[in-house]
Amino acid sequence: MSKRLAAGGRLLDRSRAVRFTFNGKRLTGYAGDTLGSALLANDQMLMGRSFKYHRPRGVVASGAEEPNALVGLGEGARFEPNQRVTTTELFEGLTAQSQNHWPSLEFDIGAVNTRLSRFLPAGFYYKTFLAPRAFWKHVYEPFIRQSAGLGKAPKEGDADRYEHFYAFCDVLVIGGGIAGLTAARAAAASGARVIVMEQTAHWGGRTPVDGGSIAGRDAAHQVDALVAELSGMENVTLRLRCMGSGVYDHGYVLGYERLTDHVPEAGGPRHRLWRVRAAQVVTATGAIERPLSFAGNDLPGVMLASAVRDYVVNWGVAPGASTVIVTNNDDGYRTAIALKEAGLEVPAILDARAGGGGALADQARALGLRVETGRGIAKVKGGKRLTGVAVCNQSGDGAELETIACDAVAMSGGWSPVVHLWSHCGGKLAWDEAQAHFRPDPDRAPTGHDGQPFVVTAGSASGPLTLGAVVSDAHAAGRTAAARAGFDADTSAPAAIADEAEAPMEPVWMMPSGAGVKLRMKAWLDYQNDVKVSDVMLAAQEGFESVEHAKRYTTLGMATDQGKLSNINGLAVLSQSLNTPIPQVGTTTFRPPYTPISMGAIAGEARGEVFQPLRRTPMHGWHESHGAYWEPVGHWRRPYCYPRDGESHAQAVEREINQTRKAVGLLDASTLGKIVVKGPDAGKFLDMLYTNMMSTLKPGKCRYGLMCSENGFLMDDGVVARWDEDTFLCHTTTGGAERIHAHMEEWLQTEWWDWKVYVANVTEQYAQIAVVGPKAREVLEKLGATGMDSQTFPFMAWEDRTVAGIAARIYRISFSGELSYEVAVPASQGLALWEALHEAGAEFGAMPYGTEALHVMRAEKGFIMIGDETDGTVIPQDLGLGWAISKKKDDYLGKRAQERSHMTDPDRWKLVGLETVDGSVLPDGAYAVGTGVNQNGQAVTVGRVTSTYHSPTLGRGIAMGLVLHGPDRMGEVIEFGKVDGSRVKARIVDPVFFDKEGEKQNV
Amino acid sequence: MSEPVTALGGASFHGMASVEEMPRRGMITIRGSHESGALHEAVTAASGGLELPGQGEAVIAPDRMLGWMSPDELMLMLPPSEVPGALSRLAEGLTGTHHLAVDVTDARALFRVTGEGHAAREVLAKLAPVDLSPAAFLPGMFRRTRLAQVPAAIWLREDGSFEVMCFRSVARYVMGLLSVAAAEGGDVGYF
Repeated sequence: MSKRLAAGGRLLDRSRAVRFTFNGKRLTGYAGDTLGSALLANDQMLMGRSFKYHRPRGVVASGAEEPNALVGLGEGARFEPNQRVTTTELFEGLTAQSQNHWPSLEFDIGAVNTRLSRFLPAGFYYKTFLAPRAFWKHVYEPFIRQSAGLGKAPKEGDADRYEHFYAFCDVLVIGGGIAGLTAARAAAASGARVIVMEQTAHWGGRTPVDGGSIAGRDAAHQVDALVAELSGMENVTLRLRCMGSGVYDHGYVLGYERLTDHVPEAGGPRHRLWRVRAAQVVTATGAIERPLSFAGNDLPGVMLASAVRDYVVNWGVAPGASTVIVTNNDDGYRTAIALKEAGLEVPAILDARAGGGGALADQARALGLRVETGRGIAKVKGGKRLTGVAVCNQSGDGAELETIACDAVAMSGGWSPVVHLWSHCGGKLAWDEAQAHFRPDPDRAPTGHDGQPFVVTAGSASGPLTLGAVVSDAHAAGRTAAARAGFDADTSAPAAIADEAEAPMEPVWMMPSGAGVKLRMKAWLDYQNDVKVSDVMLAAQEGFESVEHAKRYTTLGMATDQGKLSNINGLAVLSQSLNTPIPQVGTTTFRPPYTPISMGAIAGEARGEVFQPLRRTPMHGWHESHGAYWEPVGHWRRPYCYPRDGESHAQAVEREINQTRKAVGLLDASTLGKIVVKGPDAGKFLDMLYTNMMSTLKPGKCRYGLMCSENGFLMDDGVVARWDEDTFLCHTTTGGAERIHAHMEEWLQTEWWDWKVYVANVTEQYAQIAVVGPKAREVLEKLGATGMDSQTFPFMAWEDRTVAGIAARIYRISFSGELSYEVAVPASQGLALWEALHEAGAEFGAMPYGTEALHVMRAEKGFIMIGDETDGTVIPQDLGLGWAISKKKDDYLGKRAQERSHMTDPDRWKLVGLETVDGSVLPDGAYAVGTGVNQNGQAVTVGRVTSTYHSPTLGRGIAMGLVLHGPDRMGEVIEFGKVDGSRVKARIVDPVFFDKEGEKQNV
Repeated sequence: MSEPVTALGGASFHGMASVEEMPRRGMITIRGSHESGALHEAVTAASGGLELPGQGEAVIAPDRMLGWMSPDELMLMLPPSEVPGALSRLAEGLTGTHHLAVDVTDARALFRVTGEGHAAREVLAKLAPVDLSPAAFLPGMFRRTRLAQVPAAIWLREDGSFEVMCFRSVARYVMGLLSVAAAEGGDVGYF
């Protein structure tokens, strides 16, 4: 059983007890504990159930690599699934729930899967559930979803606050162990701006636990000295609880800082995502110990040897009273020695190497420990807790030599450098035969914009595993990074450290080496995904030779831990099965983030009110307070209609239209794009941009124009006003302002750079209000506008007038068919004008109308709407807009495209009006049905509805649509399909439904 | 004639730094070749004596400034009452010189961000991908960038206060952004 030791635990504050709950059970730990160490201190070895077989699982590691011990943390708006107990700092009131079990952690029904495991090998789902097809959706998938899975998704909105932070530095060091600190010091001594990020709450990494001496003192002193020195340097920033999450192009690095996870009530942001641009990146990310693959290596109580040591030294916790060590390298002996020194039993050290270990082994023997060489574990005995191990010869097939009683096993399969951050941006790896691991190949580093390396590794992340080699590598890395960032490197030499001689490790990919199928089926490679040695062998046997394919077939290395423990062991087994050397098999791809980061950190400030920018006109607040029902148009919100007490939206729209057609209505048209185009070549430029002629427009006049893309498709429309000889104002659609401005700049900057034209987007300078209806003139005259009669101020002209004391530019244009003026004033006076117009119009019943009334009125007049009648595949000729295409011009954007055979095809669907025979409203987007079926057996279509409304003016449904040979088929009745399968008859008519002669707008 | 109003009526927020919407300021977009002598003369005359700023800089006087927007664009800010006069001086001085000068006084919103120590720098560094360290971002620098999801420009005055410019329609969004970034407890301690 695991327990708290009477003494020890360098990170603990034993004077401060911390209460927490696990599955509702009240437990106590100390300040300084992780949730993992506190659970072990309470003899809670069982922490979760595995993904597929629901096997009982305990903590196996002590850091970020932990695959098993994942919990749901917190409650309600602070609930978060899949949190590793090893990286969760304990705090008062913490609540945690174990995952993936039902009805309870101790008794789990799903564990029956483990008895069926013989029938659930790799690829099982692919093979079994292929047929019958309908079974997948209704039987298999619900079953799998029920039985497999880790954490639950949170149900409430996140209660916390998050933020981003942009930082720039010369050298970014990722990792605050002895290597990171040494590299940072070497880089900072040159004067470079340095940031150091350490993912845990403590500096020093493994050094304080693993020991060693530097310059005659304990290596931990060197850590303290380096931290003290770096803290005093102005050019250095040290951040704890900040993980280097990903390395991207051009020295862009994401850092994930957990500010209040350990003090949830502290206030302030919970997580901060650092978005760093670094000239150089040093990855001092250390190394991770590998498990050994023996039968039963997933039972609670079997842990990494380094983790066992960490729990004893850092947190004063013994994972077991009696621990068997199994190792293939000398480092494992450190754990034996640490346990012995803590007064714990170590019945045996099983060294898989026939030759045994070096100096550390001698030290262990001197302490009286039993060391067996050439031995391994045949299998672990026990159920939810282990009771002993069966010992065998490593070279045999697992014949049991003896059983040793114990309640914990510490395993060490060698160490793999953490190469993730080196690899994210293209750093390549080399296979190190001696250490049996992949290490970064410094000759194939990630390169920046200049083709030069921008990442360098430091310490055990480079490959070396002994203190002296780590420190000297890190010192060199710091100097290299500073020099590459353009600083004169520090010339001081690193501290000289004499490493004790270690016997070489020997790779052990399977224990024992001749393990039969029964043992292999119980030897776990990937704990989190329940992948065993036998699964990888099966994948190889079935032809999944690529490591990437084998990963996806077996799920090896997937999910939240991304195979931090399983990667090398898995591909070694694959390599053996394929009889291919490991370097040829290679690794799967390392992708950011290094460990999962919160959604909140990714979103940063973008939530609630500032989730997305909302564009507001000067009258937005007025609309809001007058009950506007909003329609999103780009990032703007425009009033769709203004429902009054008890009105439906349809009733409101009808009221707004009737009022406008009868007397006067007001529209906030401020969102329409307004682009000033000025210069001696402005007319020539607009002649190229629009399909019709703009250069002939007289100052003081307005003209409607169409804009096409190079491919001839209609992309925008609007009214152009000529302000003076050199200056035009182009109105665009609401959604088109920025796009058309960019379109103009692109042509001016790339193709016609020598034309004298400047453009400026002045959309937001003006509030623009459409005063529409037979009484529009009277309203404006009431507000002091003079000379509004048609002689002085005709249709399609503009004039400057003073309205309600505000200097205004008035465009007499109409999108409704009514007498209509669009009054533009500075945005700062838009609301004042809007309110004055309402007051002056009150006697005529003036009211605001929204976008839907606008749409219906324009449809009654047969005016097209970009985005309704156009969809990126429609040319002006399709819409009967030939009159707006100049025949006199040599060229305009889209002209040549419109001459292509498909564009001139008489079978292109053309715009017509549509009137249902029964007066109903056609469904939007409905297709006209022809005779017969196409090659897919579908009904032939001969047209589609582009706009459809109920017209209150005409008292019936009206629509526009694109129909095959439409303009030639006036009066013909065609059928449109409805969603319910029925059809509705509609007559092809002229698209102008109302006031064809335009008498109303010309009064 | 009604009193012209700003987008947010002078809204403010006080946290680890203070954010205030600034009073209305006259603004003129000027486009033309920065190489042109006529432009230099006309701009200096229209601006009340300001020199042309270098790339990424602004020439800042107490009640007026001239910011570098692009290789052929300047932003002149001055008291609103001076805008018509400045526009006519530009028109006169640039007769026959290809240019564009247009009143954009009401197209944008302006904010001031102030705080103790480097608080204002930290607030902006949470939103803009710009090196805002004291060594890199100096008084008189004028940077077109983005604040979270919208375009913006920021510049630093001699007194250590930042000014922020964005489009008027997103004034409330930017005020919200700056307020979230300046909320209590968000000190970074980086600069």
